[in-house]
Formats: sequence, structure tokens, C-alpha cells
Amino acid sequence: MLSERIIGILADSFFKILIPGLTVTIPLTVISFALAMVIAIVVALIQFAKVRVLKDIARFYVWVIRGTPLLVQLFVVFYGLPNVGILIDPFPAAVLVFAINEGAYCAETIRAGLEAVPYGQMEAGECVGMSYMQIMRRILLPQALRISFPTLANSIISMIKDTSLAANITVTEMFMATQRIVARTYEPLALYIEVGIIYLVFCTVLTRLQRYGEKKLGRYRI
Amino acid sequence: MILRIHDFKKSFDDLKVLNGISLDVDKGDVVAFLGPSGSGKTTLLRCMNCLEVPDSGTMEFAGNTYDMHSISNKDKAGIRKRTGFVFQNFNLFRNKTALENVSEGLIVVRKMGRKEASEKAEETLEKVGMAAWKSHYPSELSGGQQQRVAIARAIASDPEIVYFDEPTSALDPELASEVLGVMRMLAEEGMTMVVVTHAMDFARNVSKHVVFMEHGVIVEQGSTEEFFSSPKEERTKEFLRLEEHK
Repeated sequence: MLSERIIGILADSFFKILIPGLTVTIPLTVISFALAMVIAIVVALIQFAKVRVLKDIARFYVWVIRGTPLLVQLFVVFYGLPNVGILIDPFPAAVLVFAINEGAYCAETIRAGLEAVPYGQMEAGECVGMSYMQIMRRILLPQALRISFPTLANSIISMIKDTSLAANITVTEMFMATQRIVARTYEPLALYIEVGIIYLVFCTVLTRLQRYGEKKLGRYRI
Repeated sequence: MILRIHDFKKSFDDLKVLNGISLDVDKGDVVAFLGPSGSGKTTLLRCMNCLEVPDSGTMEFAGNTYDMHSISNKDKAGIRKRTGFVFQNFNLFRNKTALENVSEGLIVVRKMGRKEASEKAEETLEKVGMAAWKSHYPSELSGGQQQRVAIARAIASDPEIVYFDEPTSALDPELASEVLGVMRMLAEEGMTMVVVTHAMDFARNVSKHVVFMEHGVIVEQGSTEEFFSSPKEERTKEFLRLEEHK
């Protein structure tokens, strides 16, 4: 089955797939996830503190984003918004959608983490004389993130694969690069397996990082 | 008189937990709150440090008078900066080492430099016999050790009064005695302490003043010696008799 031709195509295409992986897929994942974490922490804090009005906005955001497909969200922003005069380049549009999408899921993860921290931690901070924000930043949030860490790692692993959807809005990431080579060579089986393996390697690295992170964080038990 | 509370009232739904409590605490006094479970003594202590909001009542502390029902966050913080609180279940910050648990408030609240705060924290840990465990996280310490660190955290900022909420109830007798030893030392140094406790030995031998509560009112209070040797109220006598037979 592995004819010399196929081996040749696989070898030729390897860097043509890997390079967009390193220059597009990974930056897209890292930038989007970093922004998603910022959104998630803010939304989780608003919900945890039960801030009026803002809390309802946060709930609405999570409800809409979790209730609609990621692909639809990408299409609305990239193909839909130009109708009302908002044109965004493919890469920033993808970052925007992935950050907003992932932010909703991670907000729930972090909120659950905050709620898992015993209330006594808050009271102890109050009795030391710390303000709410000081307790949040120094005591509650670090513990909540520690609790949420495995789930957040899950999210970023899931996200790196979801970035392949950005091919649909003309972002030349790893999957689109593969599609182009397939169109030229007519070897979908070998090439799609090849790109799948590269995704697998990326995720393996992330899994290792997760293990390492858990070990580092694991010095104190929650 | 360092602290005076006047007519504290507090209900949880229909249950009256505090039914008009007034009380003075003198500087250097060691006050034990005694009473059966559900008598309101823990709620009273928590109200004194604004962990619970009473329905009504005023508190005089360090020259200021506060309406405790409508106290501002700023006043709460002001009171807490000058008090320490020790919890039944320790509540050490789980993401901080023993040393950091003690230095955290000094750095964040007292705005002390990191180095100075660490030195002060280490000194305080030394005092409660925990300096050797300064780099340990709470999960790596026994209950008695955690409570000693928690006491160090409460006293590191030189508070004018320290509250203890059943500090030994979660500990077995051996671990309880190491905590009580530290509390006895603080009492002898002249620290003003208010202690909710079931440890009768502590009340009898360390406290200078006893407040006996039931159903949200003070049944009897007085000097420790008087309270134990010649209680006046029938209910007090009965309580002491039952405690003797435990």
C-alpha cells in the first residue's frame, strides 16, 4: 500500500503541513486560549460575586455561546458581519471567535473551581483584614485555578483540534494546507492520516505539559 | 475596658440566636464563653468580628462606637486589622506555606516589606513552636500544628484582642493540649482573649472571666473562681454538674 509515490508525497508534504502548524495553528490556539482565560476569569468572578445586571449579561453570554455551534459562530463573524460593514481579516476573526467560544466554557470551569473552595478560606482572609479583591487574587483564585487545571488543560487540548475549523474561513492553518496538497495529489487517505498524526503529536506535548503542571501545582493539596 | 458590646440581637429566620447580649471585655482579660451547643456563643463571637451581621446592637472598640447592623466595609476592615480570629477548623490558606500564612496579612494589610514580614512571621512561628515547619503547606501538618500556625497568623499583627472559636474542638486530646499550651502562654503574656470553648480545664485554669450563655442570653457571668466555686444560677449549677461527669 505504501508505494514509493506515496512515501514521496508524505515526505514532501511533511514540512508544508508542519510549518503552517507551527506558524498558524499553534499561535491561533495560544493567543485565543490566553484571551479566553481572561474572559473566563472575568465572567466567573462576576457570576461568583453575583454582581447585579452584569451577572445576567454573563449568564446570557454563556448560554448563547454554549448553545450554538462553533462553526456557525465563525461564519457569522467572518461571512455575516461584512453585511453590516464589519470586515475582519481571517486570522483575527478566528482568534476572536475561538476566544469568545472557549471563554464561555472556561468561565464555567473556573466558576465551579471557585465554588469548590471552602467558604472558610474567604472568612480567614477577611479576618486577616484583606479586602475582597485581595482575598480573590491571593487566596481564592489560585486555589480555584488549581482545582480547574485538569479541566482547563482538557479545553486547550480540545481547542488545538478545533482550530482546524478555521480552514472554513480561509485561515491557512494545518488542515487547510493539507487539503490543498490533497487537491493536487489525490492522496486523501495518506495525507489526512499524516496531518492527524501531527495533531496527535501536538496534543501529546500538551498532555506532557499538563502532567508537569499538575506536579508543580500539586505541592499543596486542595 | 477595651471592648463593649451592647444589646446584640440576631435571628436566623424564626430562631432567635442572640437575644440582647451586652458585655464588657477589659484589656488583658481572658474571657471564656461557656454554654451548651446552640446557646449562641459562636454566633456572638462571629458577630463581634463582623463575620455575621447582627440584627441590632452597638459595639465600642478602641475608642470608636459602631452600629453593628449597618457597619461599613471600611469599619469592618478597621476592626479586623486590630483583632485576630482563630477558627474551629483552622482555615489556613491552603495555597500558602506556614510562613506565608503568617506573613500574608503583614504584607498585604500592614504593607510591611517582604523581608521584614518574613522575619516577623518566623518569630511568631517560633513562639508557637512551629518555626521548624515554616515551609510546610497546611496539608502536610497535623491538626494541632495547623491550629498553632493559625494562632501565629492571628497574633502576628499584634492585635488588641484575639477571638478563638472552639479552637480545640476538632482535635483529639493530645493535639488539643499542645494548642491549649500555646493559648495559656498568650494569656500569661497579657493578651486580651475571648474564647468560645468546651474545654473546661482551660476555662477553669486559664480564663479570668467566664460568660455562661443559653438560648441567646447570658445566664451568668463573673470571675472564673467565683463562677466555678459558687455559681448563683440553678442552670449554671446543673451545667457544671453535667460537665463534671463527662
